[in-house]
Amino acid sequence: MIEGIFVDGLIFSIMVMGVLISYRIMDLADLTCDGTFALGAAVAAVSLKSGMGITVSLLFAFAAGTIGGVVTALIHCRLKVPGLLAGILTMTMLYSVNLRILGGANLPLLNVEKFYTKIPKLLSFLPSEWASLVGTILVALLVKVLFDLFFRMDLGLSIGAMGGNEQVVISQGMNPETLKIIGLGLSNGLIGLSGGLLAQYQGFADANLGTGMAVQGLAAIMIGEFLFSSNKIYLITLRAICGAIIYKALMFFGRKYGYLIGITPNDFKLLTGVLVILSLMIAKARGKASDAGAKKKAIDKAAHQHAEAATGDDNA
Amino acid sequence: MLKIDHVTKVFYPGTVNEKLAIDDVSLHIRKGEVVCVIGSNGSGKSTLFNLVSGTYPVTSGKIILDGKDVTSSPEYKRAFIIGRIFQDPTKGTAANMSVEDNMITASRKGMRGLKISLNDKKREEFRELLKPIGLENRLKDNVGLLSGGQRQALTLLMTVLSNPKMILLDEHTAALDPGNAATVMALTQKYISQYKLTAVMVTHNMQFAIEYGNRLIMMDEGQIILDVSGEDKQKLTVEKLVEVFKKIKNKEFASDRGLLAI
Repeated sequence: MIEGIFVDGLIFSIMVMGVLISYRIMDLADLTCDGTFALGAAVAAVSLKSGMGITVSLLFAFAAGTIGGVVTALIHCRLKVPGLLAGILTMTMLYSVNLRILGGANLPLLNVEKFYTKIPKLLSFLPSEWASLVGTILVALLVKVLFDLFFRMDLGLSIGAMGGNEQVVISQGMNPETLKIIGLGLSNGLIGLSGGLLAQYQGFADANLGTGMAVQGLAAIMIGEFLFSSNKIYLITLRAICGAIIYKALMFFGRKYGYLIGITPNDFKLLTGVLVILSLMIAKARGKASDAGAKKKAIDKAAHQHAEAATGDDNA
Repeated sequence: MLKIDHVTKVFYPGTVNEKLAIDDVSLHIRKGEVVCVIGSNGSGKSTLFNLVSGTYPVTSGKIILDGKDVTSSPEYKRAFIIGRIFQDPTKGTAANMSVEDNMITASRKGMRGLKISLNDKKREEFRELLKPIGLENRLKDNVGLLSGGQRQALTLLMTVLSNPKMILLDEHTAALDPGNAATVMALTQKYISQYKLTAVMVTHNMQFAIEYGNRLIMMDEGQIILDVSGEDKQKLTVEKLVEVFKKIKNKEFASDRGLLAI
């Protein structure tokens, strides 16, 4: 049970890292992920079905997601359309593409070797659920390490700088369009990879798998941001992963005990949205409080200095 | 260095809002010149800067930078030659990143690869460079935490770091308090002479424009109405400048007097 939550959360965390690139690092709300998540699942499922290996299926899922992200970036940059609209366009188009790839609304992965049947065989000394967890941890860790490394590289830093202030990268002679294509490509590549893994974990791919993913990703990022604040990339990814696991745990307990207060899984999308709104409200209140705190501190300090100066005068 | 050849810019052509912002301007700035540009609000100074840096396309005419016709090249390509500083201190730095990340991003021009350039040696270099502006202990702090004056000083440092051949300063001290403005201006002068930069500076301070630089340009209604350099410039005074302006434009200067902050 507990290992199930972690496997689910860690697979989801790879998607959250993808959303982190677009939403936090590039400061661009990208809704493509609803489409690319299902696309990754579909591509991975079809690859497995046609006898390609597990690694290849995951690489294809990543590549397919990347293409989805690049399409959004091209629509956004070349047609000068807001990123939000570009994402919605790609997402909508991908729904049909996914149905085509799957050849129907869903595709079960029975009797094919998947990541989550292979790993328990490789780690046969562990119970199968725990072996799955170890495998997922390794994949998520690999993604996290590569992610952190990339965003410490000159190219990654430039993408971050563009998110903060586009003029900075223009002034350094970089084409912001190229950076957006790379950033959104990587972001959706990770989202596709996450979809590919999930399809192998739950044993089927579904065209509706991606519905609401953008909002769920945001919820996980915001939960993570309550844990601690930092401007260091390895801590930012760490808290995104923690946020993803906590989100999945919340959903798990919601499913398990929700009936006690009359909540069904049908309500989860509404609850996720409310969670995001609450997070935004708390973040705003916190910002105000820390502003007020800083102001009070400054006033106290000034008053203190003033008092000191006054006593100094007395002594003189 | 910079040649502006019969450049005209019309905003919203063919609509009721049509506005002639730059009216057939030609200008040649030689290597090493330090040019101060003055003129009242709406006279076309900032538009001219935007045309030179490529933020807007020109309606007609040519812009030649460092011997190359750049009239149709995008802003990021011209940035290889031009360093630009804006009035708004938040425009030159990325607030969401640390000082050192900003500096490493600014340390050269052009597309980046998969290399980690930021190491302890670089950090030491940055610390040295940051000493004159008092930020040597704030490498890891986010730029958003700095004051406007500190940010503008950092922007200036970042701009000269990547060796532009020419810098455009668009009232870059106007948003700062007098103390910070003086510091940033002193720093500007220091960098211009240290890196032997060609510089074009928009300012509202006529006294400063007269004292500093070796050429002075006055703009009005999208045209250059005065262009003095060398000895002629040294003989200028604020009163004379106002007189010249009156004579050329044959109109009362009183309303502009306040704007130009004599």
